[in-house]
Amino acid sequence: MTDGPAPVAELEQVTRTYRMGANEVRALDELSFAFGRGEYWAVMGSSGSGKSTLLNVLGCLDRPSSGSYRIDGVDVSTLDDDRLSEIRSTKLGFVFQSYNLIPQLNVLENILVPLFYQDEPPADGLARATRLAERVGLGNRLEHRPLELSGGQQQRVAIARALVNHPTLILADEATGNLDSQTAQEILALLDELHAEGRTILIVTHEPDVGERAQHVLRLKDGRIESVVRDQNPAPMAVAAR
Amino acid sequence: MKGPSLARTVRLGVSSLLLHKLRSLLTTLGVLFGTSSVIAMLAIGEGASEEAQEQIRQLGSRNIILRSVKPREDFATGQQTVRVVSYGLTEDDLARVRDTFPGVSRVVPVREIFEEVRKGDRAMNPRVLATLPVYREITGRVVAEGRFLADADLDVTANVCVLSDEVASYLFPFESPLGQTVKVGADYYTVVGTLLARVRPQSDAAPAGKSTAEVFIPLETGQKWYGSIQVKLRAGSREMEEVELHEVVVEADSPENVPLVAAACREMLTRNHPQGDYEVVVPLELLLRAEATKRIFNIVLGSIASISLLVGGIGIMNVMLATVTERTREIGIRRALGAKRRHIVMQFLVETVVLSVGGGLLGVALGLVIPAIVEATADMRTIVTPTAPLLAFVISAGVGVVFGLYPAARAARMDPVEALRHE
Repeated sequence: MTDGPAPVAELEQVTRTYRMGANEVRALDELSFAFGRGEYWAVMGSSGSGKSTLLNVLGCLDRPSSGSYRIDGVDVSTLDDDRLSEIRSTKLGFVFQSYNLIPQLNVLENILVPLFYQDEPPADGLARATRLAERVGLGNRLEHRPLELSGGQQQRVAIARALVNHPTLILADEATGNLDSQTAQEILALLDELHAEGRTILIVTHEPDVGERAQHVLRLKDGRIESVVRDQNPAPMAVAAR
Repeated sequence: MKGPSLARTVRLGVSSLLLHKLRSLLTTLGVLFGTSSVIAMLAIGEGASEEAQEQIRQLGSRNIILRSVKPREDFATGQQTVRVVSYGLTEDDLARVRDTFPGVSRVVPVREIFEEVRKGDRAMNPRVLATLPVYREITGRVVAEGRFLADADLDVTANVCVLSDEVASYLFPFESPLGQTVKVGADYYTVVGTLLARVRPQSDAAPAGKSTAEVFIPLETGQKWYGSIQVKLRAGSREMEEVELHEVVVEADSPENVPLVAAACREMLTRNHPQGDYEVVVPLELLLRAEATKRIFNIVLGSIASISLLVGGIGIMNVMLATVTERTREIGIRRALGAKRRHIVMQFLVETVVLSVGGGLLGVALGLVIPAIVEATADMRTIVTPTAPLLAFVISAGVGVVFGLYPAARAARMDPVEALRHE
């Protein structure tokens, strides 16, 4: 963290253990790391390396067994369920592998879901959601239900949904895993764009070409950091600045 | 409340339920029938009790009716060979009650004459009652045309009669009976008046098995022409009866004195009529008994209705549990996007309540239709009090809350990570 930007998410000695019958599995083993503001990280590793657990902890869906986790400077490792939910609805944006839209809601309603659960929903929520739908190229499909959309379109809705609450951290879990390569490229281009806007993105993937698109790569193995590669690509922002 | 407004949660619930229209409809059936039966049963119960009360009001709540009853054969005073059966209330009984009992305001004797009533070739067998002019007042009958019996009729033992509505319309279908002549047995009577039909003829005070059609003649006239021994023609036999008075209507001076007077009458009759050839009918006692019956009726109907609501509620809970499992993924998504546990609880609770209240509303509609149908087809009175639909509605909402809590709690308890992984 010497010359990096101020951290958005900071893990300190985070351990997460599961009980599998008589054995205790350490999915995360005293992991310490900090993700800086505006960075675009790919988290890679084979299955069982702990990357899903890391995502769950970063996404405040799971709590570390020990250690501490700060998001935006707030220590969330001791918060109760309600406060964690609040963090999720105000500071985090999720993009899942299987899109995870709610089938009975239309595009616009799906985008609005995170605002639905905020204690003080923003007054411009509807305008925001409409603008985001247009931005991801679905401005003419606001009334469509998820099942009437293609996989790529559904993932665009999911990305719009992940942006509607102006999150400090966007978490993508194998976001291109269910898509054909061309659509996957479109989605990755969208993520590049978001990164260029200065958003903090973390994508979990096991596909090398997805990992290569990111700015930085964090590799996990057995719940520990295997390697960290910074600035593998010249940052788009930097290119523009040059 | 913070977070999503109730209106939006309700809209969300409705749209989720409309996703499975048939399933939602079938789920509400239990509550639908539960609430409609609550309303229908209350309406029928209320109607029946109202009818009973009206019947008793017609008998007169201040009245005590003493009737002659033919005793069992072995108690009859007449010899089997003579075949004259002598029984019943006497003039002495009447005088005792009228002159000596405290709390009695008026007493009316009634003699019944067993004769056919004819007009031309039309004949019928109404109850021919010889009585006093006050009879009308005490029993609350209303004159339709002409007049009732008058004191003057008694003085001259006039051959005049008053017809009840049923008799008048049968014997004189096309003309006014006033001034016309009818034949009772072998004697001719001039019709001086007719009475209005009772509100409901079948609720009349007539003893079971007797016609509600009535012809009234002056007491003296009846005594003079028919005496106290009458021949009753039965199928294949003749039977002679000697009865002084068939009925005595005793009016107490206030409703509070009714039990007192009734007790006095019973005691007097027990002493003087050991053969038990009488009965005492106290409408006020019937009223109390009717109230008790209504209470029991309500308890029985209420438990039937609550059982059907219970079953309906369990049905809803069952479907909601299945829905929760089916929508585990959705729950996971919502939790990941920031829904708190109470948001999930609210969502499923509201959905259950929408279901049960929907069923409740349909049930209220059906419950309002059923009494109308019953009234039209079964000739029973039904009364829907405004509280009944309200009560049914509140109960159905309550069923939704009670049976929705468990599925909703189960939905909220899910771990978001596991719920998201659910296929």
